[in-house]
Amino acid sequence: MTSSPLATYQPDQRALALIGGEATDANLRRYLHGIPGIDAVGLEARAADLGTRSIKTSSKRWAIDTIIGLIDLTTLEGADTPGKVRSLVAKALIPDPKDPGCPRVAAVCVYGDMVGDAVTALGSAHAAGGTDGVNVAAVATAFPSGRASLSVKLADVRDAVTAGADEIDMVIDRGAFLAGRFGQVYDEIVAVKEACRRADGTLAHLKVILETGELNTYDNVRRASWLAILAGGDFIKTSTGKVAPAATLPVTLSMLEVVRDWHRLTGVRIGVKPAGGIRTSKDAIKYLVTVAETVGEEWLTPHLFRFGASSLLNDVLLQRQKMTTGHYSGPDYVTID
Amino acid sequence: MKFLDYAPAPESQALLNLKSDYGLFIRGEFTAGRGTPFASINPATEEQIAMIATANQTDVDEAVAAARHAYDGVWSRLSGSDRGKYLFRIARLVQERARELAVAETLDNGKPIKETRDVDIPLVAAWFFYYAGWADKLDHAGAGPNPASLGVAAQVIPWNFPLMMLAWKIAPALAAGNTVVLKPAETTSLTALLFAEILQQADLPAGVVNIITGDGSTGQALVNHPGVNKVAFTGSTSVGRAIARSVAGTDKKLSLELGGKGANIVFDDAPIDQAVEGIVRGIFFNQGHVCCAGSRLLVQESIHDDVIDRLKRRMQTLRLGDPLDKNTDIGAINSAEQLARIRELSDLGQQEGAERWSADCVIPENGFWFAPTIFTNVTTSHRIARDEIFGPVLSVLTFRTPAEAIAKANNTPYGLSAGIWSDKGSRILAVADKLRAGVIWANTFNQFDPSSPFGGYKESGYGREGGRHGLAAYLKPAVRSGSRSIAAAEHAPVSKKSASASKKSASAEKAAK
Repeated sequence: MTSSPLATYQPDQRALALIGGEATDANLRRYLHGIPGIDAVGLEARAADLGTRSIKTSSKRWAIDTIIGLIDLTTLEGADTPGKVRSLVAKALIPDPKDPGCPRVAAVCVYGDMVGDAVTALGSAHAAGGTDGVNVAAVATAFPSGRASLSVKLADVRDAVTAGADEIDMVIDRGAFLAGRFGQVYDEIVAVKEACRRADGTLAHLKVILETGELNTYDNVRRASWLAILAGGDFIKTSTGKVAPAATLPVTLSMLEVVRDWHRLTGVRIGVKPAGGIRTSKDAIKYLVTVAETVGEEWLTPHLFRFGASSLLNDVLLQRQKMTTGHYSGPDYVTID
Repeated sequence: MKFLDYAPAPESQALLNLKSDYGLFIRGEFTAGRGTPFASINPATEEQIAMIATANQTDVDEAVAAARHAYDGVWSRLSGSDRGKYLFRIARLVQERARELAVAETLDNGKPIKETRDVDIPLVAAWFFYYAGWADKLDHAGAGPNPASLGVAAQVIPWNFPLMMLAWKIAPALAAGNTVVLKPAETTSLTALLFAEILQQADLPAGVVNIITGDGSTGQALVNHPGVNKVAFTGSTSVGRAIARSVAGTDKKLSLELGGKGANIVFDDAPIDQAVEGIVRGIFFNQGHVCCAGSRLLVQESIHDDVIDRLKRRMQTLRLGDPLDKNTDIGAINSAEQLARIRELSDLGQQEGAERWSADCVIPENGFWFAPTIFTNVTTSHRIARDEIFGPVLSVLTFRTPAEAIAKANNTPYGLSAGIWSDKGSRILAVADKLRAGVIWANTFNQFDPSSPFGGYKESGYGREGGRHGLAAYLKPAVRSGSRSIAAAEHAPVSKKSASASKKSASAEKAAK
């Protein structure tokens, strides 16, 4: 590790041009506070309206399979073991043993020290940068609180990348954000992005968790989303799943609006990952509708949209079985992971 | 496949039990009309739904007589809490039959099922619940203690929110103790007649509410009838003006809710994505068939291009088509006549030099349709900035300062509604204070609630509907024996008891003279 981890970061020049200078607290504050605000009532009404779309028959079938392919199947427990991770990976590869046509999930999401076990369990099915197969995502940077020194956070990231993680889910320093130290949040994201660099020079995909439940207001969520994108995040993610409320439809909508505006501004597509609290197919379909009608349905690919979830998969599988057989089964007809 | 081409999700018509012919609802029974019946068609398909009776002058006489009889014999003698019980019962029946009413309204009017299901019918029930609660509290309605009802109310309603306008009219009238003869619009009589069935279910005393159908001449006969004490009209300013003329010189009380050309003012500090939603809700809700529609967008020049860009993107996601499909955002225009008017004014806008843009929509072969349209480069002298189009057509104007925004917003003969979009609370209050409009929405648009009064300034009419203020249109101060008695006696007697009381006081007054 270098003595000053920040020495190696290369902030995006376009981002700096937008901010109008160096990524100082003052410059960032001026930029982030110049972004139009959010009216909470209006945002929630719009999300509720999108939630009333009626997705039936062929559209529902497509939605169900798409949801499975967008899931980051997650286990983030203190009690995680290699056995648990192997079981999760098996479920990720064959979600429904009765139906070989069932698509795989996008990735498995684990703590950094379990990355090696996940990679081993995936074997040849590990995507490892390719487009085929299942990715390994690791939470890092002293997840979920992010309360550790920068050097510890960066070491956490490097460990996971070295162990073979394809994607890093970092948390922002919410304390720094709420205290107005935007520059610190920015610099940390830039440094973490640099720490995602593999030996061959390629970068692991960086998802930036905002922990929207702690940011509290939609205006803060919007500013944190801009900050994460300016600093180089590939994905913005709502939550760790350890804080309530986790992902909600209005929060996700507000983040999708930022992603849409960034695309209008730069032509670059950023991903969005709602995580935590999405447990039913019905809810997940509302998210698909919201993505399609806000940023466009080209976002409904694993590169640009993910669900961070664990129990969602089984509900989707039950719906899938119902659509195939015409009747509902029950929880014993899908596997616990 | 494209996900956004959502598979059809039509609402079922199975629970709808329509008759092929509908008569007039007089004295609690359906009776044949004496005029020539006419067809009510589905504006989305142009197929006939049912034949509707026409009430001629004799039918109108009968309906008014039935209302008078019910007023004298039953309704004016009931206690407020008993009237309230009937209104609560009606409200609950509307809720029970909500889905059926929503489907019928969508078939008859052409508006999307998601609006009838989520807005129209829930508001109908809410209006009856709200005024049911008022029926025994009229002492607090603002007309002094123990206020009196007016008598027979003649109510003529428009086609844009057929059942909702019926509720706005009937609920306060009945709560205040009046009886009603109501005439729905010619193109949208169906739900009023289903509502008549609900009144039968509710056992409302015969004649308290009478519903007569027909065209403009039926409405004219009704409002001109000497036996009515109150005229309430919602509709166009030209018809409203004619009614005001014909009612002048009589002692009929009049309330008018007429046209509008609402300004939706977007300041540069507005929550922009929500403002775009509000613009869409303001003008494309109910195909723009809304008297309080935000049909003039006043946007601060510095953010004009950004707002229009976002608005166009949003408009591309609006889904026009089968109104019964649960995913439809824009339904059919209510009639060929209205469609022709929208086309005429839009073409005129283009000729006058405004820039026209419409969302890409596949227009169905049958039925009456108009793609959501905006005009930019509109100036205050353009016809499309002044005339009420009553369709999904938005005129976009710009302003530079709050003073200019206020001046432009007020520069209209109408004064029904306005919207203000800003993150700055003090600016919203300061601007709202200077707008001459009856309803002003801040960071939202087209929201309705029974507890909130609604009505206009200038050529948008007078009188208020909704809230405590809405009761004032159907009440007068208590009739006390003594000075006020002659006027009271000239009104149809309230009941035998009060009639004799009036006579007595009239003679007392004579004696005093």
